[in-house]
Amino acid sequence: MGIEQKLGNMGVVTTTLENTVNWARTGAMWPMLFGLACCAIEMMSAQAAHYDMSRFGMELMRASPRQSDLMIVAGRVSKKMGPVLRRLYDQMPEPKWVIAMGDCASCGGVFNNYAIFQGVDEVVPVDIYIAGCPPRPEALIHGVMTLHEKVRTEKFKDLAKG
Amino acid sequence: MDKKLEKIIQALQNNFGATVEEFRDEAHVFVKVNQIVDALTLLRDKHEFELLSTMTAVDYWPQQSPRFHLIYQLTSLAQNLSVQLRVPLNGDQPKVPTATRVYQVANWREREAWDMFGIEFEGHPDPRSILLADDQEGHPLRKDFPLGYEEPQFSFNFDEIGLHKPEPKE
Amino acid sequence: MPQLEEVSVEKIKHLVSERALAGETVLLNMGPQHPSTHGVLRLLLELDGETVIKCIPDVGFLHTGIEKNMESKTYIKAAVMSDRLDYMNTMGNNLAYVMAVEKLVDLDVPPRAQAIRVILTELQRIASHLVWLGTSGLDLAAMSMFLYCFREREAILDIAELCSGQRMMTSFFRPGGLWRDVPVEFESAVRDFIKTFPKRVDEYERLLTNNPLFLDRVLGIGKLSGADALQYGVTGPNLRASGVDWDLRKARPYSGYEQYQFNVPVKKEGDVYARYLVRVQEMRESLKIAEQALNKLPMGPVRSENRKYVPPPRSEIGVNMEALIHHFKLWTEGFPAPKASIYSAIESPRGELGVYLEGDGGPKPYRVHWRTPSFDNLAALPIMSKGHLVADLVAIIGSIDIVLGDIDR
Repeated sequence: MGIEQKLGNMGVVTTTLENTVNWARTGAMWPMLFGLACCAIEMMSAQAAHYDMSRFGMELMRASPRQSDLMIVAGRVSKKMGPVLRRLYDQMPEPKWVIAMGDCASCGGVFNNYAIFQGVDEVVPVDIYIAGCPPRPEALIHGVMTLHEKVRTEKFKDLAKG
Repeated sequence: MDKKLEKIIQALQNNFGATVEEFRDEAHVFVKVNQIVDALTLLRDKHEFELLSTMTAVDYWPQQSPRFHLIYQLTSLAQNLSVQLRVPLNGDQPKVPTATRVYQVANWREREAWDMFGIEFEGHPDPRSILLADDQEGHPLRKDFPLGYEEPQFSFNFDEIGLHKPEPKE
Repeated sequence: MPQLEEVSVEKIKHLVSERALAGETVLLNMGPQHPSTHGVLRLLLELDGETVIKCIPDVGFLHTGIEKNMESKTYIKAAVMSDRLDYMNTMGNNLAYVMAVEKLVDLDVPPRAQAIRVILTELQRIASHLVWLGTSGLDLAAMSMFLYCFREREAILDIAELCSGQRMMTSFFRPGGLWRDVPVEFESAVRDFIKTFPKRVDEYERLLTNNPLFLDRVLGIGKLSGADALQYGVTGPNLRASGVDWDLRKARPYSGYEQYQFNVPVKKEGDVYARYLVRVQEMRESLKIAEQALNKLPMGPVRSENRKYVPPPRSEIGVNMEALIHHFKLWTEGFPAPKASIYSAIESPRGELGVYLEGDGGPKPYRVHWRTPSFDNLAALPIMSKGHLVADLVAIIGSIDIVLGDIDR
């Protein structure tokens, strides 16, 4: 009669607080509806029935930034849209993550000119970059899985900013 | 060129002294700035050119007179014809009378021409910029406006590009 | 980085009625990030309660500078940027640009390439209408339409991937023909699609067309008369739903469309329901065209033989000196175009997609102007939405079928 059976019978699970919190955060990470251009169509395809993203907890796409955790910047960010993007990022509550989906959001993509930010990391801090023009829905899901792995290894002392 | 189109070009030449150039069975008619609204009205009312397909401009910098050519592409649904009117404009302070009273679609097209080329339209009901941010200076589609090309950041020039690359505050 | 600034109503007082300045009506910002605006469109609404008095669209949040960027690339390389304009109709944009280049340099296209172009463009039209149906259904709370339509779209994207390796931004059409011949599985894949699709369209019609909930939301909403539509430059299904029979595939046939029998649906009412019916019927007609083109598909080369403009096949380069020289010249320099300008238009799912192309004797275009249909279609929104409620505005925007990449270029 080891301790596992005793505790298992009593319905007690031992773990650390960080593991639990991180598991909860990855389990239901809600993305904010921020599709700008062509990558948005592949994001919608990833949400649709063929490559279902709700298997990974992203059932809903919340339009309101106050109710979402993840901002997937899908598409090219023009100079007129930059301040809007920053304001929406500031409106999201902590903890928040940003995925730069596609070439235009990662590095400016095909468009190296006056009108497009050369990478959305000039405006908001980015956690995961996904390459592709547009990236396949499977690539987007791989990016989301990578973000989940990153979140699982987060420590509280890094997040607490004094 | 189509027979019906020839008659219409003839009418334009008689009324406005316009010159014509042809290329690959398209007709390009050159009119002067002060005649353009009358020419558009004539084509719309008498020759059934109901649709202004597009209106745009071309910049021929460094040639200053004319520097811009304003282009009106008209389509007639009833007769299945198209004609292109071109208006040469000089480089300093180009001003054109507005065509919004003739075709409503010119409203947004003229705002775009102002934004991209700096061509002013007199009498336009809403002269604001349409496509660019409010703090954008200059007119991008002019030939003396730079493309804004940013050098790719490879490993050999990583630091010197990194100096100028803007970073967000967290 | 520019900051957002607070503006008072003084700046736009020439656009809103006097009641807004007095504070009687509310100015509401339906901002760039909104679930129902189909992209980054900002609408400034003047509301009296829930009724829209004035609707002022503010575009430019996706301005990419494609026209200027194309001036710095050669004609072949600029075709890559043309895909990304109207991202629902990527092969259509390709076709418009490539046809303009061919008209400028007077290049011939073999019939097999023309037929394959027609098949792929019509399939792309069906894919675009499916996304319209899915997203505008989603706006009107018919969520299953979204899932069904994207399921059909996967079949079309698989066909695109079969030909070119890419689902969306294919750049499959090149000046003078196609990039390469379609693989052998192409025909069976398209035939499978042609067999299963008509039943699905009937299913979608059964869901929505006579549904009283749907009819309540769309009948009589957003009326646009034919004369107004022509004044505002509206083309495509929006114009045909207002009673004007104008389709560039019938009026000025290009790429072999004159060989195929198809009808062009026209309705007279000009409201959201008429536009819905026109587009659903167009999906069926596009399928007919694709089937006819596939049945008549001629054998032969898929690229023009004119080596001054079209690169030779890879197999020739190893054995033929001239082929190597042509390949080298085309890849390093590009081909020169005459010092002239042309305008060439096709019928995209949204309307007349035209390209004004001006060459200057060199290898790069001097000026490329895209006449994109959504720009003019959106200009008619203020008159379509006068006097309607905000919820109706959502239905109207869905029915115009705008794509912001088209508007802002």
